[in-house]
Amino acid sequence: MSNVDRYAGERLKLTPFYPREQELNIRDAWSSWNGYLFADYYYDTEYEYFCIRNQCGTYDICPMQKYEISGKDAEAMLNRMITRDMGKLGMNRVMYTVWCTDEGRVIDDGTVFKLAEDRFMLTCGSPCTAWLRKSAYGFGDVTITDVSDTLAGLSFQGPTTCAVLKKMGLEGIENAKAFDIMYFPFQGETLMVSRTGFTGDLGYELWIPSELALDLWDALYAAGEDYGIQPYGEAATDMARLEAGFIMPYVDFTEALKTVYFEHDQTPFELQLGWLVDFNKPNFSGRAALLEHKQRGPKWTLTRLNIEGNWPAEDAIMYDSKGCKTEIGYVTSALWSPTIKSNIALAMIRSEYLNGELWAEIYRAKDLRQYRRMARATIVKKPFFTPARARATPPADF
Amino acid sequence: MSQYDTIVIGAGHNGLVCAAYLARAGQNVLVLEAAEAPGGLAQYREFHPGYTASIAHSISHFSSSVQADLGLADHGFALQAIDTVGLRNSGEHVAVRADGLSGGNDADAAAYASYASLMQRFAAALAPFWEKTMPRIGSSKAADLLTFAHMGLKLRGLGKDDMREFMRIASLPMRDLADEFFEDDLVKAVLCWDGLIGSKMAPRSPNGAVLALLYRLSGASGGGHAVPVGGMGKLADALLAATEAAGATVRLGAAVERIDVGHAETGPLAHGVTLTDGTTIEAGNVISSADPRRTFIDLLGVEHLDIGFTNRIRRLRCDGFVGKLHLALSDAPEFDGLGQPEGRMIIAPEMDAIEFAFDDAKYGGLPEHPVMEIVVPSVHDPALAPAGQHVLSAHVMYVPYALKGGWNDAARSTMLERSVETIAAYAPGIREEIVFAEFLSPADIEREYGVTGGHWHHAEFVMDQMLMMRPTFGAAQYATPVAGLYLCGASCHPAGDLVGAAGRNAAKEVLR
Repeated sequence: MSNVDRYAGERLKLTPFYPREQELNIRDAWSSWNGYLFADYYYDTEYEYFCIRNQCGTYDICPMQKYEISGKDAEAMLNRMITRDMGKLGMNRVMYTVWCTDEGRVIDDGTVFKLAEDRFMLTCGSPCTAWLRKSAYGFGDVTITDVSDTLAGLSFQGPTTCAVLKKMGLEGIENAKAFDIMYFPFQGETLMVSRTGFTGDLGYELWIPSELALDLWDALYAAGEDYGIQPYGEAATDMARLEAGFIMPYVDFTEALKTVYFEHDQTPFELQLGWLVDFNKPNFSGRAALLEHKQRGPKWTLTRLNIEGNWPAEDAIMYDSKGCKTEIGYVTSALWSPTIKSNIALAMIRSEYLNGELWAEIYRAKDLRQYRRMARATIVKKPFFTPARARATPPADF
Repeated sequence: MSQYDTIVIGAGHNGLVCAAYLARAGQNVLVLEAAEAPGGLAQYREFHPGYTASIAHSISHFSSSVQADLGLADHGFALQAIDTVGLRNSGEHVAVRADGLSGGNDADAAAYASYASLMQRFAAALAPFWEKTMPRIGSSKAADLLTFAHMGLKLRGLGKDDMREFMRIASLPMRDLADEFFEDDLVKAVLCWDGLIGSKMAPRSPNGAVLALLYRLSGASGGGHAVPVGGMGKLADALLAATEAAGATVRLGAAVERIDVGHAETGPLAHGVTLTDGTTIEAGNVISSADPRRTFIDLLGVEHLDIGFTNRIRRLRCDGFVGKLHLALSDAPEFDGLGQPEGRMIIAPEMDAIEFAFDDAKYGGLPEHPVMEIVVPSVHDPALAPAGQHVLSAHVMYVPYALKGGWNDAARSTMLERSVETIAAYAPGIREEIVFAEFLSPADIEREYGVTGGHWHHAEFVMDQMLMMRPTFGAAQYATPVAGLYLCGASCHPAGDLVGAAGRNAAKEVLR
């Protein structure tokens, strides 16, 4: 046997936090995200979920794609690419947005950070280099750098997070409003903290050069020891984000550039993200098509549902009647919500049926035997869970 | 209020044709031309004091409709047919005339009759569509459906045998077509030539060479070349006169810096231009005869366009493969076995000679043995050279726009030397007659004439950039994604060469 790993290039990459995560992943519950080894959960999904809601938890977002876009024309380039108005993004602020194809279909969603007049960071779920390069063509001074491997990101979410960061010595962090960016010295480098997250709760995202990732982890876990700090994985994230009403690529929508079947991708209006499309902006990619989509109205609507009973409506088909007369859509995400104690779901429903009865056909196994139930669903207008603490500034102390 | 209904960018032949049609329909039209003379690639260029030539040196299928509609004859425009001559070292040249082929063997002469008849039938079936706006795919508008139906009927009208034959040969490499009909290597090479010149294709290339040939055969002359009576300059003169007579204003030496864009509820809206001197001029419409990359990327700006569309413009194949040789001669060039050099003389002894020249160029190199097409314009317009002297004009292939290592004086003189060497094999006295010589690479043509890639057709004329895909969907019906902005140049359907159909079709769309 030689010592050379014949499969080295095929193996999943390890994030800079891996050494600590490995110790804590007592179930060895790993999957992957963008080529990185990535925890589904560490100990128990429900336990980690409750840490997010009641204490605090860390979620490794190193595999998330991060691009630094800089240069004199960087803002103009981004402004033409995304649907929101870059002119409304203040310095040291973060903005959630989508970007679309010429046909007005969502390529991906993500956040834009304004770090300087001529320097921005874009984060998104899947690699976006090709589209960014296409977007930059024709602009004079734009440099796109993929910093996914060099900038470590750690999401830190939950009610006690602000208290932990204060204890860690981040002076003034309590003044950060939602979507603010602040900077703190950390071991001779700069720790960037944004008040952002994917849980709908109070939370922050910490950004540090990869080589200091473990030092940051250690400092944070030392400060958080008495505040119930715990790493959480993809599974707990998925619960929290659904309660917050956030959508997931390849769960609630398909990325337009990867969609196989005709019109199986979505417009922002179909995802109820019309508020992200700023028609006051003179032009942006997809504007003409989006204007048409808006005028015509969405063919489908991603709808928040409250479903009777306690059977999670995972993968359920939606009908207009208990007797399943007409198929009108499908559930994309579903969960028995531990916090709001109801059976919630996101479902893609043909818009013309939204005013009628909505029924989910749910299957559930009991000891391998499948049972079927028709459950009545009602539309929920607001996100399921929006605690005041998510936006309170300063956040409550603990 | 805008002073002008329409601004046309560029006074090349398509720009002028478009402007003339619009002015005749009552529009107030301004044509802005960066150069000091109209005509674009057909304009005269004094390349040495007293010696003048033009990039384009002959005409094969200038639109009869345009000639008639604009009354070009009244402005002194008439065409004089010239022979196409394939030069053979032995002096036994091949000549292609309207009445047949001579200089090959009897079998080839006989084959030519049936070949010419077949190709003419195909050319005639396609001819109406070069002067029509192409239908939008997926459109259910009556006009679009009608054009589709018309195209289908025209092909069906060929009859079963011809239609089957058309389907078979439409995408054949020129070599396969020539091999089927002819025996003589020189005959094959000469008949290939018009499917290939101006493109990045050689006899063995599949794609659109046969269609390009049929495009060139579609004119009144059936593919025969001609020179305007009095010289090439007469085309630009007549078009300028017709445009001005129709009431349009043509400003020379007025270079457009950018297309000005405002914003309507529905999106970007072109409303005028700013010149390089800072002057802004307002107009209801802006029509660009410039190539798509120059129009959309340089003059308009990508911020006004969708990203997908922008990148379709970016990846249009625009690299030219034709260099231009101009010789100032102290005397009439004498080609062995040829009397007066009145015709269009092709130096390409066999199809492989064309292929090998292409092989060098397609990897970014210079052809060891270039192939070319020569015209001696001073035979038709003695004013182009001092009394008794001449100019020689040659399209030299294949000369890559993207030369490995880049274009410089050394590369230009290499090409000049190889071109002269090639000509000298047929006209041994040529070197002693040269007073001055210039060689323009496609990169030179790009710089001097503002044509991206120095490409004859502004964008390669091939299947994937043809008909309703020309230059790309979203701009294939002359209108563009930006309201008020149109294209009318060689990158539009039908294509380049001196034809004028693109300018005419574009004007019709603007007036629709």
